[in-house]
Amino acid sequence: MMAGRLRAAAAFLGAQVVGDDWTVALGLVAALAVTAGVSRTTLPAWWVLLAAILVLLPLSVWRAGRRGAGDSG
Amino acid sequence: MSAGALFLAVFLACTVEAVEATTIVLAAGTARDWRSAGYGAAAALLVLTVAVVALGPALTSIPIGPLRLVIGAALLLLGVQWLRKAVLRAGGVRPLHDETGIYQAKLAAARGAAAHRVATVPDWYGFTLSFQGVLLEGTEVALIVLTFGSNQHAIPLAGAAAGAAILVVAAAALAVRAPLARVPENALKFVVGVMLTGFGAFWSEEGAGAHWPGGDTALLVLLPGIAVLSLLLAYALRRRSHGLVRVAGGAPSTVETG
Repeated sequence: MMAGRLRAAAAFLGAQVVGDDWTVALGLVAALAVTAGVSRTTLPAWWVLLAAILVLLPLSVWRAGRRGAGDSG
Repeated sequence: MSAGALFLAVFLACTVEAVEATTIVLAAGTARDWRSAGYGAAAALLVLTVAVVALGPALTSIPIGPLRLVIGAALLLLGVQWLRKAVLRAGGVRPLHDETGIYQAKLAAARGAAAHRVATVPDWYGFTLSFQGVLLEGTEVALIVLTFGSNQHAIPLAGAAAGAAILVVAAAALAVRAPLARVPENALKFVVGVMLTGFGAFWSEEGAGAHWPGGDTALLVLLPGIAVLSLLLAYALRRRSHGLVRVAGGAPSTVETG
């Protein structure tokens, strides 16, 4: 009973953070992992996440726009 | 990040959620019982306050590097989600939040349910409706208070901003006894989405070990840049929607879900 409630609470919080398009969340987390990797080299790493936002947000919005009424996000 | 910017970001985010929560409390109070609706809202606010007070000190004791990575990532994901919704609404893909419509729907549902008393609560349905509404809408605010506040080691200030927004919205709603339909919710959500995305990207990258050119001044380019990108996306969507309307001879249908 308690475990079920905790699972439900965790699922609710997860949904609040991940939102309607999980591919955006996955892409941003992957970009952060790449940032952490690149920052250990001599190359600049600040642009990786920015590039991810510049690609993922328009893609997600465009997909939702194409779906129109079918989008729940 | 200055104390003023922290206060403003939390205040605006909390205003948006407080407007939505107030609509539900007003419906519960009008259709059922004001005392029960008030108890429900107060109980939910107490739960959220306890969560912030309990988790706050634990978060601020974490070293700043890992904290910035985790908190920044959470803010970034939350911010992009807010921004995406605001862009879709501004672009005409999703309808704007209709507080009056939501209020009428909640009112109709609440009037049909049977009443029963539990302990000192005169109407359990009104209590539960109000409690759930405030708790659900308040969870995002609690997340923002904890993330912004812990990152700047200023949870009391973030909490004060949230409290101020709740007081302002509650006072306005009590004065008019109607849903606050005139609050420009989407514009607020747009601004908050830009702030959450910008600060989330800045902090999470620093937590991951990257260094922004120019340090903190990079935010002066990052925040307007995200705002311009979002406005361009909304503009492109709106142009596309108008094109579809011209081709189909009618407006594209949309379904509002939250």
